[in-house]
This record gives sequence, structure tokens and C-alpha cells, in this order.
Amino acid sequence: VITGVVGGILLAGLTLYAALGGADFGGGLWDLLAGADQRGRAPRQLIDDTITPVWEANHVWLIFVLVIFWTAFPPAFAAVMTAAALPLWLAAFGIVLRGAGFAFRKEVETLHWQRLFGAAFAFSSLIVPFFMGTVIGAIASGRVPANPAHADLAVWTGPTSLLIGALFVAVCAYLAAVFLTREAGRRDDHRLRRYFARRAAAAGAVSGALALATLAEIHSSNPALFHGLTHRALPLVIVSAACGLAVIASLATGRSQALRPLSVLGVAAVVWGWGVAQYPALLPGTGLTLASGAAPHSILITVVVVVIAAAVLVGPSFLLLFSLHGRQLLEGESHAEEG
Amino acid sequence: MHAMQVLAAAAGGQVVPARAQMATTLGFHIILACFGIAFPAVVLVAEFRGLSRSDEVAMLLARRWSQVLGVLVAVGAVTGTVLSFEMGLLWPGLMRAYGAVLGVPFGFEGIFFFLEAIFTGIYLYGWQRLPGWMHFYTGIPIAITGLGGAVAVMAANSWMNSPGGFTLSHGKVVAVDPWQVFFNRASLYETPHMILAAYMVVGFLVAAVYAAGILKGHRDRYHRLGFGIPFTIAAILTPVQIFAGDTAARAIAAQQPVKFAAIEYVTRTGRDVPEYLGGLYLNGKVYFGLRIPYADSLLVGFKPSTKVTGLDAVAPALRPPAITLIHLSFDAMIGLAFLLLLAGLWALWIWWRRRGLPRQQWFWRLAIACGPAALAAMECGWIVTEVGRQPWVVYHLMTTAQAATANGGVTGSLTAVIILYAVLGVATVLILRMLARRWRRGGPHAGPEAGVPYGPPAAHREPAGREPTGREPA
Repeated sequence: VITGVVGGILLAGLTLYAALGGADFGGGLWDLLAGADQRGRAPRQLIDDTITPVWEANHVWLIFVLVIFWTAFPPAFAAVMTAAALPLWLAAFGIVLRGAGFAFRKEVETLHWQRLFGAAFAFSSLIVPFFMGTVIGAIASGRVPANPAHADLAVWTGPTSLLIGALFVAVCAYLAAVFLTREAGRRDDHRLRRYFARRAAAAGAVSGALALATLAEIHSSNPALFHGLTHRALPLVIVSAACGLAVIASLATGRSQALRPLSVLGVAAVVWGWGVAQYPALLPGTGLTLASGAAPHSILITVVVVVIAAAVLVGPSFLLLFSLHGRQLLEGESHAEEG
Repeated sequence: MHAMQVLAAAAGGQVVPARAQMATTLGFHIILACFGIAFPAVVLVAEFRGLSRSDEVAMLLARRWSQVLGVLVAVGAVTGTVLSFEMGLLWPGLMRAYGAVLGVPFGFEGIFFFLEAIFTGIYLYGWQRLPGWMHFYTGIPIAITGLGGAVAVMAANSWMNSPGGFTLSHGKVVAVDPWQVFFNRASLYETPHMILAAYMVVGFLVAAVYAAGILKGHRDRYHRLGFGIPFTIAAILTPVQIFAGDTAARAIAAQQPVKFAAIEYVTRTGRDVPEYLGGLYLNGKVYFGLRIPYADSLLVGFKPSTKVTGLDAVAPALRPPAITLIHLSFDAMIGLAFLLLLAGLWALWIWWRRRGLPRQQWFWRLAIACGPAALAAMECGWIVTEVGRQPWVVYHLMTTAQAATANGGVTGSLTAVIILYAVLGVATVLILRMLARRWRRGGPHAGPEAGVPYGPPAAHREPAGREPTGREPA
């Protein structure tokens, strides 16, 4: 039972990272696509305002997921880190470039330095979700061996991996565009609202298409996972599809109240759909299950205690951060010294 | 563990490039970690002064420092993430065997990191619109979680020096006592040593910036306060640190005698052991060192007859590599610590005599040197403890070679890391220098520059919704 609970915790962390961190990555993607200096100024400003005070906190979900993964399932962690080393290195370097590029861009004065750091930020926002997606794809498609000696390109370059990498990029763009639509709406900026609503709908459609393509690919390449997705996890698959359609519909009608919760629910349903479909396998195709790959019982108890402590301490703090940010109280940047 | 097995494991793996990469990334990140641990408290001291005495100069310093903190925390957050990745990417053997144990302190670290990131977001960007004292209070959790994070990470590092709190069965961890993992023997002296080091590095480095200004003749209140706050904090902690370090050295002599033997060039186990200052270690002999008879025995046990374990206690394969590096790093750390102590005493003497800052140019030159000196001392300390633990990654349980990845590409990732971090380091320093230049150009009350990415020239800039508040230092 407790291995299931810890597996659920891992999925929950992954969901929060996908929803919150994913939206920040997506912001970088829209920054990349915002066009020339003058034309892209308004959307870039909104993206910058939206991401600035929260991206570091959202980023910590990744650390949280990594730590829980290695603590609760050490052999599987070691296997993934060995077999899929290359995309993980590229993702790690991308994370460095993104964070540093974003932080530096705010501080430099001249346009060409802003362009340089902005490009580092925006371009790495593209590669990080892609390579992380390929690693998830490698696990889901059962290509990570239980005891790999070396990294192997074949582990993460299969069609499932590449499709899931692309899907991650599209979903990040979709989430970000939805969040930015809502934010522009709250600021009564109708032009930007329409700008991001169009992009949210497009990214949603692309995400849906990629999800269907992935499902079709899994049908032929990975019958076990396909069976899980179409049987045990079917309700979640339906929920995610329904949420996606509902978001696109409300974007078309101009309503924006339920946009964010619906888009997050849709993404959460995809993450949990994957987890439920492959349960109880940890690394499919290896015999390593949640139970057989888990750390000793006392460690799993510790993990649950840590997570409860985190929920009690971190949960309210996040609510404080988001509510202050939502009330636009965090926009006097630290270097606003005018007077 | 037999010496032959250690040698055999070392031969095949990627342990050398993996260690080089870990050293590069950790040595870089630790500087930013110092700022994450200690800088918020320094900023808060300035803000407290600003608020409680309506001191606009202190308030301006607090704002500018918090902007610097924003840059450094961002770089620290991402370079810290690289280390999390490297735990698995470079050391899968370690994680496979002991990931569950190491996860205990890192789990707590995760909580602290979360809270730190959240409140940093509130504090850094709440300057304009959160009321004065409320803004100050949102900074308190950052200082506390910085300490908590340091305690957790040091618990993990010291556990590798003093592993315990778990039960092995057939080479597999079957039960863990989280309490004993977290509060292992070594954490009791390593943790305070590192936290003090963080405060000293930040204090002396920040003070050095203003010392440079004062040396150039800017003896205004802005520079004096900018020097005084961080320097006072660092100088007060320096004697405490020397005491903590001395305690740590004695604990290492007892708990990791071979590491201690390397630190002090103790070639043979015995009594009446001399202390060497400087010197090179070659083939079991010490060359060129200044030899002080009995001193090492005296330092370890307060009498010359104290027996000290030598390098000869273990087979050559189980001795740390680069013994000269370990010893000279240790000597440099101690020497620099006394240089820092001297600077503090000098300032204290002048303050006692005439309630002011020193006027001697040489003091300000020394104060500038204290910044890099504190940083170098901390890096030397890390070299001592990490290289000194070799060939073990988990002391007496797992060698670093057993922990290392077998992936052949480590030289590639090492090269990439060196290039990436060189660019990152240079860019960070340039950005900070650029901020300083901008502030100087605008005088003490410089206005903001384009906060808008890709913004058009200043003339076209629209007022981006920033209303000045009553607390503006205008």
C-alpha cells in the first residue's frame, strides 16, 4: 500500500511540476515566438511579469520529484540516470541557460545583450521540456533496462519518446498561453487577451493531435500500455480530452473564468493516466515494480512524513505567493528605485 | 574492502572526469550557496536599520543588495539543480546503494528550498507594494530556511564522512533511522563550520566592494555603511569560526584518521608528531616544509605524547590522492583565516580608540583582499574534506570508483560544464559590475533602467505601472 502512496506522491509532484513549471517553460516558448523587438514587446512584458516572482518556486517541484524518486526508488533512479544520461544532461544544461538567461535579461540595459540572454532563456525553454519528455517516453515505452551499464541512444530516441517530447513542448505552450490569456483578461488588455487566446487554442489543438498520435503509436508499439490507457486509465483519458475541448470551446466564446483549472485538470489527467495505465510497473518491461523497486519501509514512511510536512509548510506559502502575485503586489521589481 | 578491489574498480570507470566535474560544479555552486544562506540576513540587517531609524541610506543599500541577491539566487537555483542531476548522472552506483539514505536529508532540504524560493519571490518583488515592516517580515523566512537548507545539505555531506543510521543485509540497505542519518557525528562539526563560512564569505565579499570605493576616496555614509554592516558580521564570526575549525580538526583526527594524516603530513603512526607548515609530500617524505616539533601531537591531544595515526596505517591504495594538495589547502585555509582575523582586530582597535573606521590606506587594501581571501579559504576547506575522504565516497563503505557512472561521455559533459560555467561565472560578475556602474552613474539615487525585455529606447518607454510609494528614497 505504502509503495502505491509514494508512487502517487511522485505523480503528484510531477503533475505540479508539469502544470506550474510547464507554464513557465511555455512562457519562454511564446517569448521565443513573439517576433521582433517592437512587435514582441507587449507579450514579452506580460510573460516577464507573470513568470518573474514565481518561476524559482515552481522550479523546486523538479528538485522535489528528483529527490523523492531517488529516495523511494533508488535502483530505478540509477537506471534512468544511466541509460538516458544524454537527454538528462541536455535538460540540466538547458535549465541553467534558462534560469540564468531570464535573470540576466532583466538586468542588462542594451538591446543586444537583452536579445542574447533572452534568446538563451527562450531557446532553452524549448529544449528542456522536449528532452524531459523523451526521458518519460523512454520509461513509458519500456526501453530503460533495470541494470544498464551504459547510456544508449536507442533508449530515448524511439518514436514514443520523440512524440512525448514534442507533446511536452506543445503542452507547455498550451498551459502558458491559457495562463497568459487569463492574466491579460484580468488586466483588461483585450488585444493581448485575444493574442494569447488564439495561441492557446492553436497549442491546445496541436497538443490534442500529438496526444492522439502518441496513442496511435503506442497502440502498435506498446500493447500493454495501450491496454492500460484504454481500460484502467480510460476515465482519465476521457477527462483530459473533455478538459481540452472545454478549454478550446471557452476560448472561442471568450469566457475565461474556468480556463486555468480546466487546463490544469486536463494535463493532470494525462500524467495520472500514464501512471495508472502502467501501474504497478515502475520501469515497464523490466519486472521492476513499485513494490520490488522500492526503498526500505522506514524510508517510505520518512518520505510520507516529509511530504506531509511539506504540504503543511509549503502549501500555505505557495498560496500566499500566488495570491500576492495575483493581486499584483509583487510587481514593484527590486530594482525599481525611481522617485 | 581490499586494496586490490579498490584498484580494480578504479581502473575501469570514469571516476577521474566524474570527480573533476563534481568538483567544478560544486566549487562553483558553493559560492552561490553561501549567498543563499547568509546574504538574506545581511540584507535584512540593513532593512531593519532603514526601517527602525528611518535611515534612507540603509534602505537604499538593502534594496540594491536584494537586487544582487535576486541575480545570485537565480544562478544558485539552477546550478543547484545541476548538482541534483549529477547525483544520479555521475554517481549512479552511490544512488543505487545509498539513495534511500541520502534522500532523508535531501527531502528536508527540498522543503527548505521550497520555502526559500517562495519567500524570495515575495521579498524581492514586494519592495514597492508591501508595507515597510510587512516586507521586512517576508524576508525572515528566507534567512531561516537558508540556515535550514544548509543544515540539511551538510547532513548529507557529513553522512558520507560518518555514515550510520542504517542496517545492511547482503550489501543492501534494509532499514534506516532517519534521525541518526540526519544528525550523524560529523554533522555536528561540519554544519556550523559551513554556516559560519557562508556568513564570512558573504560578509567579507560584500564589504570588499565598498572598501574598494572607500579606497578610491568615496568616504560617504553610503560606502561606510555598506562596508560596516557586512564587515562587522563577518569579523565577529571569524574567531568563532577559528574555534569551530579547530574543534572540527580534532574530531577528524579521531573519526577519519587517514584524512587527518594527509592534512598534517603524518607519515607514520606515533607520538611526538611534528607539524609541518607548507612543504611538499613525495613518496612518503616531506620536503621544504617548516617543521615544528611536537606541535601536531599537541594540537590533537594537548600533550606531546599524544599518538597520531599516520598514512602508514592503511595500504597505499586506501590513502587519499594528492596529499600535497590536501595539506597546502589546509594550510592556506588556516593562514587566510588568521588574515581575516587580523583585519577584524584592526578595525576593532580603531573603533575602540576613536569610534570610527580606520583611515590607513593599508587597512582598506587588506579589507579588499579579505573578500577573495574568505572565498579562497572556503574553497580550500572543501578541497580538504572532499579530496581527503578519497578513495571513499561513503567512508569505509563505498569507493568513489564504485559509485561513478560507467558512461564514457563524462569527459564530454565535463568539457561542456567547464565552458558553460566559465561563461556563467563571467556573465554573473559582469552583470553585477554593470549594476554597480549604473548605480554609480546615477549617484546614490539612480533610477531604474529598462525593466522591460527588448524594450525600445528610453524615450518611447511607457510608465509600466510603477507608482512611487512613500518609501521611495527620493
